[in-house]
Parts: sequence; C-alpha cells; structure tokens
Amino acid sequence: MRFVNLAEAGKLNPLIPHTAELIVGFVAFSLLFIVLRSKVVPMFEKAFKERTNAIQGGMERAEQAQLEAQRALVQYNEQLSKAREEAQTLREEARVQGSAIIEELRTKAQEEAARITATAQASIEAERQQAITSLRGEVGALAVELASKIVGEALDDQARQSRVVDRFLDDLEKSK
Amino acid sequence: MRSLVRLSAEGEGFVPPSSNDFNLPPIFGDNAFTTKPIVMVFFSVILISIFFIAASRKAAVVPSKLQFAGESIYAFVRNDLARDVIGHEFMRFVPYLFTLFTFILTNNLFGIVPLLQFPTMSRVSFPYVLAVFTFVVFHYVGIRKQGLGKYLKDIMFMPGVPKPVYILLTPIELATFFLVRPLTLSLRLFANMFAGHLLLLVFIMGGDHLFKGVIGLKLVSPFAFAFGIGLTFFEFMVQCLQAYIFTLLTALYIAGALADEH
Repeated sequence: MRFVNLAEAGKLNPLIPHTAELIVGFVAFSLLFIVLRSKVVPMFEKAFKERTNAIQGGMERAEQAQLEAQRALVQYNEQLSKAREEAQTLREEARVQGSAIIEELRTKAQEEAARITATAQASIEAERQQAITSLRGEVGALAVELASKIVGEALDDQARQSRVVDRFLDDLEKSK
Repeated sequence: MRSLVRLSAEGEGFVPPSSNDFNLPPIFGDNAFTTKPIVMVFFSVILISIFFIAASRKAAVVPSKLQFAGESIYAFVRNDLARDVIGHEFMRFVPYLFTLFTFILTNNLFGIVPLLQFPTMSRVSFPYVLAVFTFVVFHYVGIRKQGLGKYLKDIMFMPGVPKPVYILLTPIELATFFLVRPLTLSLRLFANMFAGHLLLLVFIMGGDHLFKGVIGLKLVSPFAFAFGIGLTFFEFMVQCLQAYIFTLLTALYIAGALADEH
C-alpha cells in the first residue's frame, strides 16, 4: 500500500471534484465531441443515406420496370383489339362492296342484255323494213311484169306504175 | 474485514481499500495534469477518435468489418437512443449523445482493461462535467424551443393540476429540474464506478493479502481471486449499463424539454 500515509493524513472526500480534472474533463469531452461531430457522424450518415438510396433505388427501378411492362401490356392489348376491330370493319366493308359489285354487275348484265335485245330487235326491224322495201320493189316489178305480160299493156309510165303497185299492195294488205 | 486483519500472521495488518485509493499521484513530478485518470481521459479521446475515424473514413455502402463495428455502435445510439426517445428532431442531438455514450463507455471499460484497470468515471469530477453538459444542453433546448418564460412556467406550474397542489409540486419540480437531475446523473455514474472498483480492490488485494498469510488463509485466497474475476465480468455489465443509462437519461431530458408539455 503506497498511500497509507495519505490515509493517515485524513480521509479524502470522494465527492469533492478536482480542478485539474474538471478542466481536463471539459476539454477532453469537447475535443471528442468536435472530432466525432465533424468527422465521424457525417460519414456514417452519408453511408446510411447511400445505403438507403441504393436499396430504394433498386426497388424504384424494379417498380419502374414493372410499370413499363404493364404499360406495354396495355398497349399491346389495345393494339390487338384495334386490329381486331379493323379486321371486322374490313370484313364488313368487303361484304358490302362485294354485294355492291354483284348488284352492279347484275344491273350491267341486265342492261347489256336489254341493249343486245334492243339492238337485235332494231336490226330485225331494219331487216324487215329492208325486206319489205326490196320485196315491195321486186314484188311490184314482178307483178307489173306479170300483169303487163298478162294484160299486155305496157305500163311505162313510172308514176302510173307505182300507183298501180301501191293500189295492189293496199288491196293485198286489206285482203290480209 | 476486521477479523481478517486480526487473523493475518504478519504484524502489519490488512489495510482495506478506501476512497484514498482513488487519489492517484501525478505521473510526472508534481504536475496535477499528469495523474492517471487525466492521462486516461486523454487516451480515451484519442482512442475513440482513431477508432471511429478509421471506421467511418470510407463510408462504404457495403461496410468492412471495422466500419460495421463502428456503425453498429453509432446506429445503436442514433436509432435506439436518440430517434426512439427524442423523435423527429433527434438528428441534432445525435453527435452529443454519441460522444457521451462512447466517452463514458470507454472510460468505464478502462476499469477492467488489464494494465489500465481504473474506471476514470470513479473520479467524480468527470461525471460532474458530463452532467453539467447535459444540464446546459437540455435547458438550452427547452428555452430555445419554448421561450424562457413558458419553459420556466411549464416547469413550475405543471398544466392540468389543481391550484393548491402547486404548493407541493412547484418546489419538487424546481428541485427535480435544477438539482436532482444533474446530481443523480453524475452521482449514479460516479458511485457505480467507484463502488465497482472498490469491490474489485477488496477481493483482489484481499486475496493477495490472504496469500501472504498462514497456510489456512493461503487456501482461501484463490476463492477471493476467483470472486474478483467473477466480479470483473459483473463490472463489465455495470460499466456498459451505466454508459447506456447516462445517455438514455440525457435523451429523455432533451425529449422532455422539446415536448410542449411535461
């Protein structure tokens, strides 16, 4: 025991502070506070923040990707339904157009048929007219020739001749 | 203890450890600033600074073992003490609470570190200084937050109490805020460290003394040493606990000063 003599000098009250220790305590604690506050706390906080950011950033990226995927899905679905609709419209249009074409063709064919019929009738009529005309001339000539041969009377006069023929034909028609 | 003294074979007698064992002489000459506790306090500051600067220097997202160790202590003070107790304004007080915790813990642990083996906080001056810091901090915070008048009024006249009760309550509240809090804060820490060190001294010096005695006492002395070792583990617990309590109470006082009503 080195401090026996101290003890003999009287008990020291342990609750009485030492001036030197008070000063040192104050200075040392302040120093430590300054060092920890300026050097250590900001760095740890930085590390914490970066870690949080890293984790949050990853999560946000994942969320973003999911969102994008969803958006793409919606877009595809939209496009698909649009395409379906379009196809439907096209089909509808085609049907309408097809029936229109058929209708048109039918009318055209009918028209053509009518026209052909009309042309045929006209040409038949014309031919008939022609036949009638030529027949009239020929029949007249033949009849005149026959009559003159029979009657012996030469009907040279053109006007008289045709008058005679007309009368003949009229009679012919009337008797018909 | 007296019986032990009487039993000892040597004529010298056993001097039980006393408060005088805490008055260590200056290491260099008569300079009062070179006593063991003072040197240890400075040593603790250097030690803590170096450890935490080394741990936080890289501030990596993926921490090294050293950074993880430092971060764990820091996160403990920041989250479990400051944030949970003080609430949303806690970040302002983290540096102070962090310094307080590491400073007290390190100096307490010096009590069981081989060769150092002296808890600096068993010198009452240091707990006094720390209590004064806390005292100033929580009062300053309260006054800044609520204004001097309202802060004092809230302390003296706790709202929601029947008027006659103030006769009793006001002196108690005043004493609590301005006397009891700093005193209990410092004395609790001091007394725990003081008593713990004294206990260790009793068992280890007693064991040593017994070993020098007659053969019967020599056989008892290992038990004293074993008990001393057991108490060292106990002391480790107390030292950590006291650092925690001091910091926790400081945080609580700050939270109380920040709260609108006590």
